[in-house]
Amino acid sequence: MAGAAAVGGSVRSETYASARNWLLLPSWAVLGIFVLAPVAMMLVYSFLTKEFRGGVIWEFTLAAYDQFFFDRGLFGDEPAKIEWTYILIFWRSIWQAGLATVLALLIGFPTAYFIATRPAHTRTVWVFLITIPYWVNLLIRTVSMKFLLRDQGPLNDFLLWTGLIDDPIRIINTNAAVQIGLFYSYLPFMVLPIYASVERYNFALSEAAADLYADKWTTLRRIVIPSVRPGIVAGCILVFVPSLGAFLAPDLLGGAKNFMIGSLIEEQFKGNAGNWPFGAAASMILLTLVLIILVFLARQQARAEREATP
Amino acid sequence: MPGSRNAIDVCNAVKRYGSFTALQSITLSIRDNEFFTLLGPSGCGKTTLLRMIAGFEEVTEGEIFLFGDEIENLPPHQRPVNTVFQNYALFPHMTIEQNVMFGLEMRGSSKDAARRKAGEMLELVQLAQFSARKPSQLSGGQQQRVALARALAPEPKVLLLDEPLSALDLKLRQAMRSELKSIQRETGITFTFVTHDQEEALTMSDRIAVMSAGRLQQLGEARDIYERPVNRFVADFIGETNLLDARVEAADASVATCRLANGLTLDCDAIGNARPGADVHLSIRPERMTLAAANGDPWQGTVRENIFVGTDVQTVVQLQGGIELTVRTQNSAAGVATIFDPGTDVAVDVEAGAARMLED
Repeated sequence: MAGAAAVGGSVRSETYASARNWLLLPSWAVLGIFVLAPVAMMLVYSFLTKEFRGGVIWEFTLAAYDQFFFDRGLFGDEPAKIEWTYILIFWRSIWQAGLATVLALLIGFPTAYFIATRPAHTRTVWVFLITIPYWVNLLIRTVSMKFLLRDQGPLNDFLLWTGLIDDPIRIINTNAAVQIGLFYSYLPFMVLPIYASVERYNFALSEAAADLYADKWTTLRRIVIPSVRPGIVAGCILVFVPSLGAFLAPDLLGGAKNFMIGSLIEEQFKGNAGNWPFGAAASMILLTLVLIILVFLARQQARAEREATP
Repeated sequence: MPGSRNAIDVCNAVKRYGSFTALQSITLSIRDNEFFTLLGPSGCGKTTLLRMIAGFEEVTEGEIFLFGDEIENLPPHQRPVNTVFQNYALFPHMTIEQNVMFGLEMRGSSKDAARRKAGEMLELVQLAQFSARKPSQLSGGQQQRVALARALAPEPKVLLLDEPLSALDLKLRQAMRSELKSIQRETGITFTFVTHDQEEALTMSDRIAVMSAGRLQQLGEARDIYERPVNRFVADFIGETNLLDARVEAADASVATCRLANGLTLDCDAIGNARPGADVHLSIRPERMTLAAANGDPWQGTVRENIFVGTDVQTVVQLQGGIELTVRTQNSAAGVATIFDPGTDVAVDVEAGAARMLED
């Protein structure tokens, strides 16, 4: 991720400059083929005319963007009104992704702090445990989550058994289910970078704060959090960005009512019913949005790193 | 001048980590306004004791009093003592001024009052012009002084210093010694200083507690500890010395006559249980002996080597029976003192009262 990689001091001598450029060539090639080319393709496709059986006709048009933002009636001949459908889907996605990020931060920070303060030899075990879910495919995990959360699923069975509730709670096919799915899918992305930051944190600073009459909460707020902010920002980016484009959790857990951007885009490229230029346009709008947020966060990150460098 | 009140009383303090005992029942008192030093090699428990006073280590057994108030169960942020940490532990995301203001704000000072006091403190350590900088923009010596200003700002009842000079180079360390001493006198705050450097301890302290292996070995004024060490550890750790095995020949209330393994005898002050026939250890400082040309006196030997150490020359003399003594001769421009070449026979004159009997 843009902000997460810290650039170390490198050899700046002239002699190595040209060698360095040559050595970087493979990286540039990989980036070009796997990042720049697909994005460029998307950009081009978003300005093309749709082919009804999927695919595109090579004719330039702004129709895809027009369809995203404006409603011109069924036959396209009425005066343009703002089309709220897709904007609302975007808004719901941002809101869901934001909430998932906040929840992941609230649970992830204490978890990361806990792991980083264990004795060195047990830390590895904890980190390993955190990554275990990643040995199973996300699709399978999300489907399991669906079984776990449904009305007659283990969660409701358990709650009924304890007597906390009398009737099953409806979780599946709600925003809450999407939220649980997102939170569950991306929590480790929050824990790991924060863990890495807390592990590097100089705990003598906490002692110094306590020595200067700061209680535990004040120490956390004024000393610990500012010192590990690079990890927090990185974690937030790593949870927010994939949550924003997620489609498995909204599709499988949220049902049709709780559509998110990821699902909208996915629909456009599925089978013969899709609209490739519209899907490409929605992707470009999402990408632009993410870039704006990333630039903002990267600036924050740069500031945090400048301040946290001892 | 150190007052008569005690700033800190440590009573039978014990620290155990599992089955390992880091401190074995330490009892000592630190007087109000004094510059007190805990001195010992690494691992002797001095830093543990300091951290117990600060509140970072729990006391396994025993009590600690601060001006008569029992404090060993208070969390660190409720103890009116401040610490200068070994690696300074300055808050990297705050400016120098914010660092110094931190403790004041935590104690409830208004921003303005805290800023004013921080200004005074930075003035005291001659860093007022750096108040807007970040710690990473200062040199080690400057960071050290910021740490000092930050710890002094809330006017602690006792200032704890954990090897604060160990990260500085020699010249800076020497300059900081006199600066610390004069700041202590100026502020009148009790300083408790931890170091493994005996020279640092001797030059700055009103009183020194020498520790080893979790025990208090000796507590006293610098001169007292140097001239009247109680045991082999203290005699050897503070300054240089010659340690000799001897047996008490005769002893009265004040003077004991001791015989070395090679038959030579020496008089020294009698201590505790120096009964005739007892095996004892003697300590003689190298500078309390002089060399002269051999004159038939039984205290004579052969020069083995001369080591030039700048201010003086250390001569190793081998006495009969294989006993080696190191004798220091001060260098002087006039060349008053004669340096004898290796192989020369010399007479060794031990100053009266130079030999010190040790307890163990």
